[in-house]
Amino acid sequence: MVRYAATRLISLGLSLMAASLVIFAVVEVIPGDPAAFMLGMNASEETVAALRDELGLTGSLPARYLGWVTGMLGGDFGTSYTYRVPVSELIAARLWVSLPLALYALALSTLLALPIGMLAAARRGRATDYGIMGLTQLGIAVPNFWFAMLLVVLFAITWPIFPAGGFPGWENGAWPALKALTLPAVALALPQASILARVMRSALIETLGQDYIRTARAKGLTEGQAIRNHGMRNAMIPVLTIVGLQFSFLLAGAIIIEKVFFLPGLGLLIFQGITQRDLVVVESVVMLLVFAVILVTFLVDLAYALVDPRLRHTR
Amino acid sequence: MRLPVQLVLGTVLFGLFLAAALLSLVWTPFDVTELDIAHKLAAPSAAHWLGTDHLGRDMTAMLMAGARTSIAVALLAVGIGITLGVPLGLAAAARRGSLLDEIIMRGNDLIFAFPSLVIAILITAVFGPSAINAILAIGIFNIPVFARVSRGAALTIWPREFILAARVAGKHSARISAEHILPNIANLLVVQGTIQFSMGILAEAGLSYVGLGAQPPTPSWGRMLADAQTFFYAYPRLAILPGLAIVLTVLGLNLMGDGLRDLLDPRLRRTVR
Repeated sequence: MVRYAATRLISLGLSLMAASLVIFAVVEVIPGDPAAFMLGMNASEETVAALRDELGLTGSLPARYLGWVTGMLGGDFGTSYTYRVPVSELIAARLWVSLPLALYALALSTLLALPIGMLAAARRGRATDYGIMGLTQLGIAVPNFWFAMLLVVLFAITWPIFPAGGFPGWENGAWPALKALTLPAVALALPQASILARVMRSALIETLGQDYIRTARAKGLTEGQAIRNHGMRNAMIPVLTIVGLQFSFLLAGAIIIEKVFFLPGLGLLIFQGITQRDLVVVESVVMLLVFAVILVTFLVDLAYALVDPRLRHTR
Repeated sequence: MRLPVQLVLGTVLFGLFLAAALLSLVWTPFDVTELDIAHKLAAPSAAHWLGTDHLGRDMTAMLMAGARTSIAVALLAVGIGITLGVPLGLAAAARRGSLLDEIIMRGNDLIFAFPSLVIAILITAVFGPSAINAILAIGIFNIPVFARVSRGAALTIWPREFILAARVAGKHSARISAEHILPNIANLLVVQGTIQFSMGILAEAGLSYVGLGAQPPTPSWGRMLADAQTFFYAYPRLAILPGLAIVLTVLGLNLMGDGLRDLLDPRLRRTVR
């Protein structure tokens, strides 16, 4: 297990390095002179030179890359050109909106999808199964931001149970904050839950056809017991894969959903960064998003090994 | 042979929107770039079948032209994914376990860490927003998808006897991949292509909703939804119509994908036990 974790950890480090190189190349190398790019066409030569100094663009490319990476490792993401504050401060404030939102949605989607998928598998070929499959087919096709707009009209305007948008901040208590994140999380969770329920169903049906389930049933276990004791663990591998993949979709989705609800999250920060050509902000937030995706992939790999001991010994 | 119900249903649904998109190339009931503020937010009527939007543009025409944008972006993105991903996957499978295989697969993992939204953000930050960005962003994200599918499928074909025969006949691995492996995995690629097509429609809508996709005056469903947001409560039609267009197109494509899988690969047919 330690060896397995160590190899995964090395690959995590390599992925992060490769990803940071790609981001650096796109943001700092392709535009030529980032300072001139950020200031636009009308900037005077002196202003551009001043910004170049300020951003530390005077060094060689490898030196700048190393400076950027070592800075990030120490928590220094540079200073935003438009906000005039450290990017790490901007990110920290907004992360407390986007991350809870993505996790909330992930929790909702998993809690919803697993029982539904199990139910469909248990009732396979019957009306319940067809009903669930039809609904999930529809759920996959619904764009989450459109669903979010429908939710606002229903549960914030017609029946004002939840706020239609905005975020009160965590300092005013967890309840109002959670309330503000509920509709966005539901909107994000629905399409993901539909996919996950289908994966859960087919993984479980696949497992139920196996010999060891028949043996368990022959020993006198009911189908429910056989599923719980033997089926679930084996069906979890494909389910875990999808949960891991979904996290990156949820994070990206969160950025879009934030626009529907005017949530002050990473999405808002990055879109402002794009319009104001604040490359420092864009570069750092993108790196953070990619870091989150790579980290989750790593955690899923570890979870595989916990669920399936056989995997600990491969490679 | 009976066609699967999903395939028929899906083809009809998607065909409807495809027809609207194609028709919009030569004819729309009104010009989508023509603003008619005097008749803005008009209810459906004989002149404007689905009413007009907040700038007085005809909704039917906007939806038709939006279908064109969505389908074109998603189709080109699938094209990028197939043209680059499939050869990479085939090459990796042909040189299984080699350095080339390792490089291709690790490259795939790397791209997987960049969701298409993130790619679009990066491209837009440097080049400014346009429909091309959306195509590139979704297309790049499609490359590893097709590379993985074709590598995985090709690996199951390589040990077969007819491949051995081809090797004995002196064929080079690139030629074997093109002449013997590719036709045998084509079905799978068609099914995956349909799935990526439908995901591309959703992704395009999301990107243009946040302003990273097609720019005005090019109509797109996502853009229409973004515009409708302020008027949604008073004029729900403005948001419901483009939303439904997205849902039905994606649903049609997904049903087509399921149906095609059943039709082309009986082994994968959903077993109802």
